[in-house]
Amino acid sequence: MSAKEYRTASAARGGLLTVANVPNIAFGDRVHIRDKQDNTRNGQVIRSSNEEVLVQVFEGTAELDLESTWVRFLDEPIEIALSPEILGRVFSGLGEPRDYRPPIVSNLRRSISAAAFNPAARTYPKEFIQTGISTIDGLNSLVRGQKLPIFSASGLPHNRLAAQIVRQAKLPDDDSRFSVVFAAMGVSYADARFFQDEFASSGVLGNVVMFVNMADDPPVERLTLPRMALTAAEYLAFDLDRHVLVVMTDMTHYAEALREVATAKGDVPARKGYPGYLYSDLAEIYERSGRIKDRHGSITLVPVLSMPSDDITHPIPDLTGYITEGQIVLSRELHNQGIYPPVHISPSLSRLMKDGIGKDFTREDHPHVSNQLYALYARALETRNLASIIGADELSARDRRYLEFADAFERRFVQQGEDEDRSIEETLNLAWDLLSSFPPQALTRVNETEIAKYHRQSE
Amino acid sequence: MKQEDKKGTIQDINGPIVTIKLPGVQNGEQVRIGSLGLYGEVISLEGEEALAQIYESTEMVRPGEPAEGLGHPLSVELGPGLIGGIFDGVQRPLEEMFLKAGDQIPRGLSPLPLDREKLWHFSPTENLEPNMPIIGGARLGVVQETETVEHRIIVPPNIEGELIELAPEGDYNLEETIGQVRDRHGKVHHLKLYHRWPVRKPRPYQSRDNGVEPLITGQRILDTFFPLLKGSKCAVPGPFGAGKTVVQHQVARWANADIVIYVGCGERGNELVDVLDSFPKLKDPYTGRPLMDRTLLIANTSNMPVVAREASIYVGITIAEYYRDQGYDVVMLADSTSRWAEALREVSGRLGQMPVEEGYPAYLASRLAAFYERAGRVETMDCGKGSVTLIGAVSPPGGDFSEPVTSHTKEIIQTFWALSKELADARHYPAIDWVDSFSADVGTAAEWWHENIDRGWEKRRAQAMGMLARDAELSRIVNLVGPEALSSAQRWVLEGSALIKEGILQQSALDLVDTFSSPEKQFMLLNLILSVYDEGAALIELGVPVQELAEMPILARLRRCKELYDSSQIDQLKAFRDEALNDFKEIHSEYAQRGEQTA
Ligand SMILES: Nc1ncnc2c1ncn2[C@@H]1O[C@H](COP(=O)(O)OP(=O)(O)OP(=O)(O)O)[C@@H](O)[C@H]1O
Ligand SMILES: [Mg+2]
Repeated sequence: MSAKEYRTASAARGGLLTVANVPNIAFGDRVHIRDKQDNTRNGQVIRSSNEEVLVQVFEGTAELDLESTWVRFLDEPIEIALSPEILGRVFSGLGEPRDYRPPIVSNLRRSISAAAFNPAARTYPKEFIQTGISTIDGLNSLVRGQKLPIFSASGLPHNRLAAQIVRQAKLPDDDSRFSVVFAAMGVSYADARFFQDEFASSGVLGNVVMFVNMADDPPVERLTLPRMALTAAEYLAFDLDRHVLVVMTDMTHYAEALREVATAKGDVPARKGYPGYLYSDLAEIYERSGRIKDRHGSITLVPVLSMPSDDITHPIPDLTGYITEGQIVLSRELHNQGIYPPVHISPSLSRLMKDGIGKDFTREDHPHVSNQLYALYARALETRNLASIIGADELSARDRRYLEFADAFERRFVQQGEDEDRSIEETLNLAWDLLSSFPPQALTRVNETEIAKYHRQSE
Repeated sequence: MKQEDKKGTIQDINGPIVTIKLPGVQNGEQVRIGSLGLYGEVISLEGEEALAQIYESTEMVRPGEPAEGLGHPLSVELGPGLIGGIFDGVQRPLEEMFLKAGDQIPRGLSPLPLDREKLWHFSPTENLEPNMPIIGGARLGVVQETETVEHRIIVPPNIEGELIELAPEGDYNLEETIGQVRDRHGKVHHLKLYHRWPVRKPRPYQSRDNGVEPLITGQRILDTFFPLLKGSKCAVPGPFGAGKTVVQHQVARWANADIVIYVGCGERGNELVDVLDSFPKLKDPYTGRPLMDRTLLIANTSNMPVVAREASIYVGITIAEYYRDQGYDVVMLADSTSRWAEALREVSGRLGQMPVEEGYPAYLASRLAAFYERAGRVETMDCGKGSVTLIGAVSPPGGDFSEPVTSHTKEIIQTFWALSKELADARHYPAIDWVDSFSADVGTAAEWWHENIDRGWEKRRAQAMGMLARDAELSRIVNLVGPEALSSAQRWVLEGSALIKEGILQQSALDLVDTFSSPEKQFMLLNLILSVYDEGAALIELGVPVQELAEMPILARLRRCKELYDSSQIDQLKAFRDEALNDFKEIHSEYAQRGEQTA
């Protein structure tokens, strides 16, 4: 650590501090800033020349005066100390303990801004994860190493759903559970408490690393927090061979923090004031999930984000959807009807399910059943729409069957208990219960063998 | 200025944009900076200072560290060993980097793109002899690059003169001289199996030609409804999850191209792994060889440094032009051009350039146009024919096609495959919207179809398009006043359109049979479904109720024909057609009899 401190701060604006006449400072260097009261703040160099260095101050520059501010450049990137001891611990966005226990002591320290995985080093994720939730397992299956976000909105039960996934996720026929990395950005105390209690009551706490930034903590720390969390996840997965499930909530708070900093820096905004590099920035985070050749472990990523004004085209969900391998979308309408989990299947998607399901993985009829349910439900929603215009009585017998299907699908398939852990068999059988309300010739997405085997009328 | 003069120092680091003091460096020149030796290129000059964009992360780089100019602009190596490979956005070989450096891409490491040790068997062109004049682009000989690709070794386009020596048939590595050419200044050029070419400079050709035949992709909605000519340019816009990547992968798999170049530009790592895993196992439907034998990947995924992303599409198109110059039909797919445009935007933002729309610089439109302009069917320097077909995915924010990248692209391209969220949400795949999509080349494609498949193609295509348009109109009416408002004939149009949608337009990329449809099969299905529709329409005239027709069991099977019969089973399809039409005839005679009886 360089001991030299400078007192040459020449400007402070927003979260940015300019320091003059400090030669040869590295871009990205970590910085400690000592103020008049002798409190230390954290920062990072975001632009460097010999005349002037620009430092982003995580705690902001409020109450700093240029005269009595001391700046020390640590000559190292932002790092996290890693050891198996991180399991069971709680850290801040800068990796400092938040659980009143001593910091991790380890020789192993890694920069949190890891280099990108070489695409040639990856292997394609294929192992089906059973979450016990029908709308996910049956229709939008999650596989080990996938990044599958939950698109939610304020007031919807995304936390409960995320907790249920953490509780229930496992490979079928394999009882080993995931190690969990939990990253909370800008969350309320109630939400943080909820997850902590959840992990405690399901007995996984010792297998969880938590990184927590509360709503009233410095927003800038939200920028380092997911990178801390993922560096920890990479360590668990690729050094310790564990299968890691990373839950991040709420990515919207992350993106808002990014916008705040970008605006202070004067970056050119693209949409809704978000900087043009929001896509690349989010991708740096999301692409850290996956499977790597010759490594036993994996990183499965379930980010949670709330769609501002329930708008899926808002830049945050939009850019997320462009990066992740699908999305689980929650619906206010279903929620208001008392349906839990309120998964709106039409805009939901899992891009990686194709290689993780079917014969040898789940069941041979799974791909077609999923397709068939989607097609029928799409048609059923159209019919429901028509019925709302012309009245259900005006519908043909054929159309009425679709209407009934829509209701049955939502009530029986989508809806399930918060503690209900359905096996994939149960999910698929339930699907056939619903499909069997149609005559076989109306089911064009499943094949004749499957109909013969599973359609109730064929029995 | 000599190489060793171009040494300088770093002045300022602003993310990927670095100011260096480097007298004599040229605009566009490659530089290496810092103690790690990171690569980049100069993008503007001011006095002795140059602004460079760096292809790798500049974390922990400091002012005062050294910088040097390399004396040449960003260039690619062109020669045998490209096919089957995977390279990053500045042509670093990713497989080799993985073997050398492990899971993550290290900085400052830059192995040569092409293997220098490997021996290639070179056969010189017959009748080429010393003392003959030779032009750039002329074929010196061939090397069998993969089992399907014969790599034609050509004189670099910027060299011409007198051939003074040509190596005899034999095994050579890339660095051995296989020919010598004396130019008109008397300078002797030692030609090798490879040469370099700057990526931002289009490779020359004799002249441009019109497209004459469609690229057959095996995808029904593309080939039959919105054909794309070889040498043409095409955009695939759509919101996330609508199917842009699947469309591009399908084209990469099944198109009747000689060479396929797939550029993953700012997209997902796993999508490239998907190609790397599946292509070696899939067979080229035309040659029966593993698809990887004609495919090359450029991968600059979304998490890789954004400046190299900007370069990646130029690296891709330059390699495409190189194979074009060998007389091949090349398809280049870029997924996604929006990420390229965003890279452009990011750099321009860092340079403080004035943004014009949504943060994009004013030159976005002209850069896009210049890039797409590199597609085309040409007469090559040595009087052969070659083509580059360019298919770019576009990822409009919020799925809004009026945004700058989509709208500028739309003005440039000839074929537009617009993906729709509504169709994708209903799992109608490929979710290509038949209303928003277009092809400016249906006329030319028709000539090909008429000559090679069936004279009825254009008429049948128009009939199907007409029905889909009526279907949209009638559906609107139904949604206002209910189905009862429609006549029987109109309701039969709805049934017929449903058959077209399910039996032709929808095509599963995941189904082993359905994934590829030969042109013969495509026309058979089109003709079959329209014949059934026509027969039904005639019966409705006779008073047969729509309900009775709609419930005919043969229709459920008709919807499945696409996956029941593969492209080699045209005879079975014909037999099915006879059976189907027979069912209609039976109803016909039944009703005709009834008609007579009542008469
Ligand atoms: N022809 C098809 N057959 C079967 N499935 C398809 C087809 N087209 C698309 N899909 C489904 O749609 C999903 C999304 O497609 P794709 O990844 O191509 O979307 P995209 O438009 O490239 O999205 P993004 O912009 O986010 O990359 C695929 O994972 C697949 O499940
Ligand atoms: Mg895509």
